[in-house]
Amino acid sequence: MTELLSVVVDAVIYSSWLFIIALGLTLIYGVMKILNMAHGSFYALGAYAAASLVGYWLGHGYPPLASYGMLVLAAILVGLITGPLVERGLLRFMYGKDEIILLLVTYALFLILEDSIKIIWGVNPYFISEPYGLLGVWDVAGLSYPFYNIILIAVSVLAGVGVAVVLQYTRPGKLLLAVIHDREVSMAMGINVNRFYMVTFTVGTMLAAIGGALTAPTVSVVPGMGVGVIVLAFAVVVIGGLGSLQGAALGALIVGLVRSAAVHYLPQVELFSIYVVMALVLIFRPKGLFAAAEVRKI
Amino acid sequence: MIGKGYTVHVLVVALVVLLVAGPFMHKWLFMLTMSMGKGLVVLGLIVLLRTGLVSFGQGLYYCVGAYTVGSLGQFLGWKNALVLLVGGTAAAAVLATILGFLLANYRSIFFAMLSLAFSMILFGLLVKTSALGSTDGFNVPAPTLFGKAISGAGHQYPLFALGCVVAFIAALLTNAYLRTALGRLSPAIRDNEIRVEYMGASVRNAIHTKYVIAGALAGLGGALTAMTIGHIDPEMAYWTTSGEFVFVAILGGTGSVIAPFLGAIIFEIIRTYAYQYSPNTWQMVLGSAMLLVIIFLPAGLWSAFAYRSRRG
Repeated sequence: MTELLSVVVDAVIYSSWLFIIALGLTLIYGVMKILNMAHGSFYALGAYAAASLVGYWLGHGYPPLASYGMLVLAAILVGLITGPLVERGLLRFMYGKDEIILLLVTYALFLILEDSIKIIWGVNPYFISEPYGLLGVWDVAGLSYPFYNIILIAVSVLAGVGVAVVLQYTRPGKLLLAVIHDREVSMAMGINVNRFYMVTFTVGTMLAAIGGALTAPTVSVVPGMGVGVIVLAFAVVVIGGLGSLQGAALGALIVGLVRSAAVHYLPQVELFSIYVVMALVLIFRPKGLFAAAEVRKI
Repeated sequence: MIGKGYTVHVLVVALVVLLVAGPFMHKWLFMLTMSMGKGLVVLGLIVLLRTGLVSFGQGLYYCVGAYTVGSLGQFLGWKNALVLLVGGTAAAAVLATILGFLLANYRSIFFAMLSLAFSMILFGLLVKTSALGSTDGFNVPAPTLFGKAISGAGHQYPLFALGCVVAFIAALLTNAYLRTALGRLSPAIRDNEIRVEYMGASVRNAIHTKYVIAGALAGLGGALTAMTIGHIDPEMAYWTTSGEFVFVAILGGTGSVIAPFLGAIIFEIIRTYAYQYSPNTWQMVLGSAMLLVIIFLPAGLWSAFAYRSRRG
């Protein structure tokens, strides 16, 4: 019983983490039709920025509790700087090209960003574990989990609900839905599509960076930390259906549960099991669990 | 460019030049043999790319080819290089035939993602299989040809020569294939597959065949690479390895069967030098090169040569 409970708790924590990252990926794909391979690099950028900011904050003896603010600030900064820079500086010249070409462009971007990180932060690992243990632990049926995980779950729920509410109930959100539905007609109706693209990409970047920033206290921040995250996030959005919000949530939950069950009961199949699920979903629901029907063009 | 001209002549000249110059390029032999292995995988990839399909999972077949060679050598004691090459290719081709039934139904990003998922499954399996060395992989016994060892310190030439001949034959066969009716379907499928169906050709079968060809070539490339390095590990199935192949394919272009090998050699040169002189920026150099090629030479480096030769 305890084991089952810990499987579920681990799964929820892991899913929350995955969802934050996958949400950004699916948002960018849904609006811009770009499957962003550089998403893992944005995640790593967030982690590094958080490590620097929190390190600076604590190093100067400022109140440690505010270091959580620093984590969020790091992600926002990364999003605000990298997002517009990449979208305006590179991606906007590529719109209208094939999805596969865009995939390759972001792959090139991934290669460039991986080394940019090494140039800025060097190759030595960073550790900022203070925020992780600061809030004490939380007991679930005899197992203790750092309270920090609650923050992670809360941020994840907040991000998901936030994006959903903005899309459904606000004017810019509804305009964005129009852009998703038909880019050209939206343009003709006077919507500034380019601005929507830039904002969407920035928000997507920010989400990846928040994922990275919140992870930074729990791991050592090292070069290449984003490489594995990309394919995991791909697995999540592909399972859920590219561009679907609910899909990303369900995909994250499925991947989280599968992984945590594998880790607890059959550790040999941990990595392998996630991709088996991804392949199975693609085989039986080729466009993912939540994909909308598409009109075939002749 | 296919069907227009001098591909076969260029291939023959290139083979002769490489075989003759080989003994005098001692420092380069390892790198060139590696390029041949990589070029073979990319040769398969361009067969798919011409059809409009990008596989982000060629690492799967590359790894299967390499592990077949390693396992045959390690566990069965088979050393004959030709047998090993055939074994690696056959294993990859069989797997590609099976998975091809599924993948032939997929296009665009879904094709890329499903092929990626399959290669990651193999990666996940190998990483946890201690009998095959887990993450460390294992060493491949030195292969032999006509009873003599053909690789190892001091005498890399025989393996290099074998690699060149194998690459030459593969390039010739692929070139011939691209000129057949089935081969010429590729651009048609990329442009509009429904019209291809109306004309009476089966898109599904065409893609399946191309997928098997690509898988077999990737297996062959993996087999050659395993013998060249003498060591194999699960990284060969990781998505970054597959990404590298896509990179080389884009770099070289899909216009000719020579392009993959040219691309592979240029890639290995960039990587060797960039890695030597600035280990922390070599990926950046590669990424920038890729962006430049996508923007200025969408048909790959090959198109620059082809253009020049047409005008000149």
